[in-house]
Amino acid sequence: MDYESVRSFAATWGLVALVIMFLVAVAYALWPRNRARFRDAAHMPLRED
Amino acid sequence: MRVATNCLWVGLFAAVALYGLLVMLRAADPGFVLHGLLFLAFGIAAAAFTVRTALTPEPVLSGDGPNYNTAIVRAGVIASTFWGLVGFAAGLWIALQLAFPALNFDLPWTNFGRLRPVHTSAVIFAFGGNVLLATSFHVVQRTCRTRLAGRITPWFVFWGYQLFIVLAASGYVLGITQSKEYAEPEWYVDLWLTLVWVCYLLVFMATLARRREPHIYVANWFYLAFIVTIAMLHLINNAALPISFFGPKSYIVWAGVQDALTQWWYGHNAVGFFLTAGFLGIMYYFIPKRAERPVYSYRLSIVHFWALIFLYIWAGPHHLHYTALPDWAQTLGMTFSIMLWMPSWGGMINGLMTLSGAWDKLRTDPVLRMLVVSVAFYGMSTFEGPLMSIKAVNALSHYTDWTVGHVHSGALGWVGFVSFGALYVLAPVVWQRERLYSLRLVEWHFWISSLGIVLYITAMWVSGIMQGLMWRAYDSLGFLEYSFVETVEAMHPFYVIRALGGALFVAGAFIMAYNLWRTARGDIRETEPLQVPGAIAPAAA
Amino acid sequence: MAKFGHRTIERNSILMLVLTLLVVSIGGLVEIVPLYYLDSTIEKVRGMRPYSPLELAGRNIYIREGCYNCHSQMVRSLRDEVDRYGHYSLAAESMYDRPFQWGSKRTGPDLARVGGRYSDDWHREHLIRPRNVVPESVMPGYAFLMERPAALDAIEVDLRANAALGVPYTEDMIANARADAAAQADPESDGAEAILERYPKAQIRDFDGNPDMVSEMDALIAYLQMLGTLVDFDAYSAEGDTLR
Repeated sequence: MDYESVRSFAATWGLVALVIMFLVAVAYALWPRNRARFRDAAHMPLRED
Repeated sequence: MRVATNCLWVGLFAAVALYGLLVMLRAADPGFVLHGLLFLAFGIAAAAFTVRTALTPEPVLSGDGPNYNTAIVRAGVIASTFWGLVGFAAGLWIALQLAFPALNFDLPWTNFGRLRPVHTSAVIFAFGGNVLLATSFHVVQRTCRTRLAGRITPWFVFWGYQLFIVLAASGYVLGITQSKEYAEPEWYVDLWLTLVWVCYLLVFMATLARRREPHIYVANWFYLAFIVTIAMLHLINNAALPISFFGPKSYIVWAGVQDALTQWWYGHNAVGFFLTAGFLGIMYYFIPKRAERPVYSYRLSIVHFWALIFLYIWAGPHHLHYTALPDWAQTLGMTFSIMLWMPSWGGMINGLMTLSGAWDKLRTDPVLRMLVVSVAFYGMSTFEGPLMSIKAVNALSHYTDWTVGHVHSGALGWVGFVSFGALYVLAPVVWQRERLYSLRLVEWHFWISSLGIVLYITAMWVSGIMQGLMWRAYDSLGFLEYSFVETVEAMHPFYVIRALGGALFVAGAFIMAYNLWRTARGDIRETEPLQVPGAIAPAAA
Repeated sequence: MAKFGHRTIERNSILMLVLTLLVVSIGGLVEIVPLYYLDSTIEKVRGMRPYSPLELAGRNIYIREGCYNCHSQMVRSLRDEVDRYGHYSLAAESMYDRPFQWGSKRTGPDLARVGGRYSDDWHREHLIRPRNVVPESVMPGYAFLMERPAALDAIEVDLRANAALGVPYTEDMIANARADAAAQADPESDGAEAILERYPKAQIRDFDGNPDMVSEMDALIAYLQMLGTLVDFDAYSAEGDTLR
């Protein structure tokens, strides 16, 4: 294993994989159907006792 | 099942006591003999506690509420306050040693080199760790609406953690250290902490599993990430081969450049997961709670969480710029450190904007102000951090007081203030008091500590940048302009200012301890109005 | 996303735990593991050898007293550092260091190449009363090192532990560890030649000036005097322009 092959793998497939992971996370957070559930979850600390 | 578990506990504690006894009989190192005694005493006391608890019938619940375990949170608040005072005072002491070296007394047990880890461990692991224990046990119960899991285990976690602290700190003073920063305790203390930590994870997971809410609140995600990541970092960074079961000395499995990166992978994520993720859990619960408003954006908190834990773990190599670490690793560390700025500020915005529509509370409630200012300090430190991770900046800042100042703007401003805020919120709840003993004392604490922080970090900025510039200054003939010791001499006034700032911070902590103690007793300072009228500065007494 | 989405994660604590662990493992795996496989990580140099028993004992005192809190052992590849301290540090130079001592703060100067810079007498006096030698110094005094015998009566166990972890200590070195440690601090002894054979460039002197005892001061100064002296930089040339 040498430096060049590791670097080129990281700069192509590695980069693509990370970008996809990030987009999935963001898409999920902004998905309209989840809105009500998140609003409910945000109120949890205020509901207790 | 319960009988079997109790027998297991008693067996474990007996084994701990037996090992302690064997160490006392066979060890040559006096410090290790003392630690044998501590193991023996802990084992006997814990076994006795287990037997007593097993023989006492569980109290019958009144009503149908969740019957929260508040006793352990109370213990955590007391331990946090106590270790906070110890750790801050130790910091003041070593700051004074740098300004006035005669204060080292030139004794093995009082020299800077042995006391500096006492300070760092006491503030990070003893103070910070107990704040995390107390708040996580409180938050997980309240947001899951269920009692903390386990009868013996939570108390083992609490007292086992205190034993870890005492073993670590007394070890440093007596010369038992493996010299890895923020991971100085030797192999047997590391093993003990591993046992405690696994139990902590079990208690936390078991409590989540019996929750009465469908959803796991975001604060708990941060606590969970903190617990599990610290376990991973701790196990790998401390992998070591002891030279004997009856001696404290061990040799680390990793060597040289690999050990350096493993250490700073650990070290930076002790910051990222112990001092950030865990305390973000505090932010996500206590700021909404105190402001009586839901968090600004729950969606942002989801992105914040995954982005933060993913990016943080890469940032370690920025501690090793221009060293013998390969360049590719340095560049990778720098890149991720800069990217880390985004989730950090996302989290800061989420915390600050929770106040939107309720900004007036900052004027009237010093506890909320402490929490919010902590988030502002978090934003400042997490801007400064990526800046310092840029190689060209790091070439100047590394090895100087700038780094020390950066750490303390995070430690005093962010971790300190968010912890103080949480303790002020917790005390009346867990002692079931109407309110804090005195809000005016909180005002005093806030302003004295803020002044202390400002003195501290500005002194370190100036001395750090000055020292970095002096090291690289050349005269007109192309020779280095300053000898090293000339740069040491130039630091002196700033070391005095820094110690002064530290003294103010310590004074503030003592005010808090007094206030919390009176609150626990049930006192209320009647003479003061509930709301501090209109003033931003504390009203004259 | 309906059947299995973040909702499942948010409701299942075990899944949350596993995913978190996965996410936080990536960075460490990508950064640390290649250091063991990329051949370029540690340079091939001539002269590196494991610490002699006395130097190892001294190194353990350096660790015990927390010297790393104020002194780095890592000359960065920056012009002013090379001018001030000498050739920038190579990864090879700390290949036997468990743990490493690169440090993170220079309250005092870098020590990576302090070996041979000062006399033994200077070191002894400086360690006992730093401000007698350097008036502006803020270093603590370590007079107590003179009084304590160095812990050498089981030093072969330390060598054996290092050998088990991969440091190339031979059986010969381990068998002679105690004798070598005593002999290195005694210029009158017959063991000098054997030490130099096992540990080339080892310095054999009564470091602390007290011939009656091999003190912790002997061990510590022996360690300081060898720092940065092993690699033969005449025989080493870095490829390309690495100095900033």
